Amino acid sequence: MDFISILSVFVMACFVGYYVVWSVTPALHTPLMAVTNAISSVIVVGALVAGAAEGSVVSKWLGLAAVVLASVNIFGGFAVTERMLAMYKKKEKK
Amino acid sequence: MEHVTTPPWAMLAYLAAGVLFIMALRGLSSPATSRAGNRYGMIGMTIAMVTTLLTHGVASLPEIAGAIAIGGGLGFVTARKIKMTDMPQLVAAFHSLVGMAAVLVGLAAYLNPIAFGIAGPDGVIEVQSRIEMGLGIAIGAITFSGSVIAFLKLNGNMSGSPIMLPGRHAINLGTLLGIIGLVGYFTVDQSPWVIAVITALSFAIGFLLIIPIGGADMPVVVSMLNSYSGWAAAAMGFTLHNTAMIITGALVGSSGAILSYIMCKAMNRSFISVIAGGFGAAPEASSGGAAKVQRPWKRGAAEDAAYLMKEAENVIIIPGYGMAVAQAQHVLREMGDLLKKAGVNVKYAIHPVAGRMPGHMNVLLAEANVPYDEVFELEDINGEFAQADVAFIIGANDVVNPAAKTDKSSPIYGMPVFDVDKAKTVMFIKRSMGGVGYAGVDNDVFYMDQTMMLLADAKKMVEDINKALAH
Repeated sequence: MDFISILSVFVMACFVGYYVVWSVTPALHTPLMAVTNAISSVIVVGALVAGAAEGSVVSKWLGLAAVVLASVNIFGGFAVTERMLAMYKKKEKK
Repeated sequence: MEHVTTPPWAMLAYLAAGVLFIMALRGLSSPATSRAGNRYGMIGMTIAMVTTLLTHGVASLPEIAGAIAIGGGLGFVTARKIKMTDMPQLVAAFHSLVGMAAVLVGLAAYLNPIAFGIAGPDGVIEVQSRIEMGLGIAIGAITFSGSVIAFLKLNGNMSGSPIMLPGRHAINLGTLLGIIGLVGYFTVDQSPWVIAVITALSFAIGFLLIIPIGGADMPVVVSMLNSYSGWAAAAMGFTLHNTAMIITGALVGSSGAILSYIMCKAMNRSFISVIAGGFGAAPEASSGGAAKVQRPWKRGAAEDAAYLMKEAENVIIIPGYGMAVAQAQHVLREMGDLLKKAGVNVKYAIHPVAGRMPGHMNVLLAEANVPYDEVFELEDINGEFAQADVAFIIGANDVVNPAAKTDKSSPIYGMPVFDVDKAKTVMFIKRSMGGVGYAGVDNDVFYMDQTMMLLADAKKMVEDINKALAH
C-alpha cells in the first residue's frame, strides 16, 4: 500500500474514532480505557514480525520481549474489561 | 515503492480486525451491548495475531508461544486479582507496557529493517519509514516513562504533590525541539547514535512532563497517556503498512483525547494549564483568609440522619473518592436498599471527576451492585436537587462546593458542581472539620442552615445509619 492510501485509512479512522467515542456512555469510561488499552496492544503484530524474523538476533529478542509486554496488555486488558462489564446490572424487576 | 508482499487475504484480515475493534468501542454505548463489544475486540485481536503468524514464517514459534504464555498469564492473573479501587494504577501500568512495546518494536525494526520490508537489500532504510519509526519510538518512550510516573503517583509510591523544577518549561521545550530535530536529522543519517539519543531524550521528556502534575489532575494525565499509546501504535502501523494497527491507533488516540477533553471541562481547566502542572501545590489562603474565621455548623447523629431519610421522598446520594478510600460502597448500597424498602426514591449522582479516572465511580458502584439505571451524570440530575429532600454527600467535597459558582478567586472557580444547596437537607459525611478537599479550599456547604455534618469514618457512619434504619 502506498503512503496516501495508508494516510486515508488513518484520517478516516480518526473521524470514526471521534464519533464512536462520543457515543460511549460516561458510565463506561473506565471500561473504555481498559479496552482501548487492550486493543492498542495490536502493536503485538509488529512484535511478532520482529520475533519471527531471521537475520538479527538482537532484533528477534527485542521482538520477543515486546510480545511479552503486549500479551500482558491483551490478556489483562480484555479480562479486566470483561470483569468490569459483568458488574453492570440493571434494576431487578419487582 | 514495493514493500513486504502481504497477500491480499492477509490485508483483508487486518481490515476485518480493525472493523471489529471499532465495533468493540461501539458496544460501549450502553451497558447492555458492552459485553458483546468486548468479545468483538477479542476476536479482532485473535485475527490480527494469527494472520501475522501465518504470513511471517513460523520458525520461532516455540519462543513466540512462550512469550505469549508468559505475558498473557501475567496479564490475566493481574486482571483477576486487581481491586476496583486500584483500576487507575492498573491502566497506567498497562499504558506503560504499550509504550515500551512500541519502543522495542521500533528498535527491532531499526536493527532488522529488511524483515519489516522498509529497506532495500543494502539495509538503507527508506526516508519515510525513518520518520515514522523515529516518531513511533519517541511517542512510545514518552508514553512509557510518563505512565510509570503516573503509576507511582496513583499507587502512592511517589507523593501526589507536584515536583517543580526551576526553568522546567525551557527544559521541556528544548528537549521536545531536540527530539523533533533529531527525527529530522535521522532522515539523512541512520547511525545508531541518532536513534539512541531520540530514545533517551523521549524517556526523559515523558518523566519531566508528568512529575510537575499534581494528584488532582491525574484523571487528565491517565487519559492523555491513553491517547499517546494510541498514537504510538498508529505510528508503528505506518511503518508496517498495517491497517489494523493504524485503525486501532486512531481509535485509541481519539478516545484518549476526548476523555482528556471531558475531564478538563469537568474541572474547568484548560489542557495547557494541566500540562504546565503545579495545580494543588500549596493551598493558598483564598478569599482573604476568611477560612480562618470560626463559623457555626451543626453536627448530626446517625439516628437523626436515618430518621430524616426514612421520612424523605427523594434522596440523592453523591459519592466521591473518599467513599472508595473508606471502602463504604457496599454499606452505602445497603443503605440505598433499606431506603427503597421504606418507599424512598434513591438516586446516585456522579460528577465526571469523581474518582481517579474517567468513569471510576460508576465501576465502584457497579461492583457494589448498585443498578446502573439508578446512577446519573451531573448534567442529567442537577435540576432535581430542588425537589430532593436529602442530598447525601459521602467522600466528596470539591464537587459540591458553591465557591465554584460564586468565588472568582477560588482555584475551583468555574468548575461545574452539584447544586446541593437547593436540597431541603444536606447531609455531609466527613472525618473531621479540619480537612479540606483535593483542591485545598474551604466549603460553604458545611455552614449552611440546612446542613447536617456527620463527622465519622464514612463506612462506620453508614453502618450506624443502616442500624437505625433497620428497626
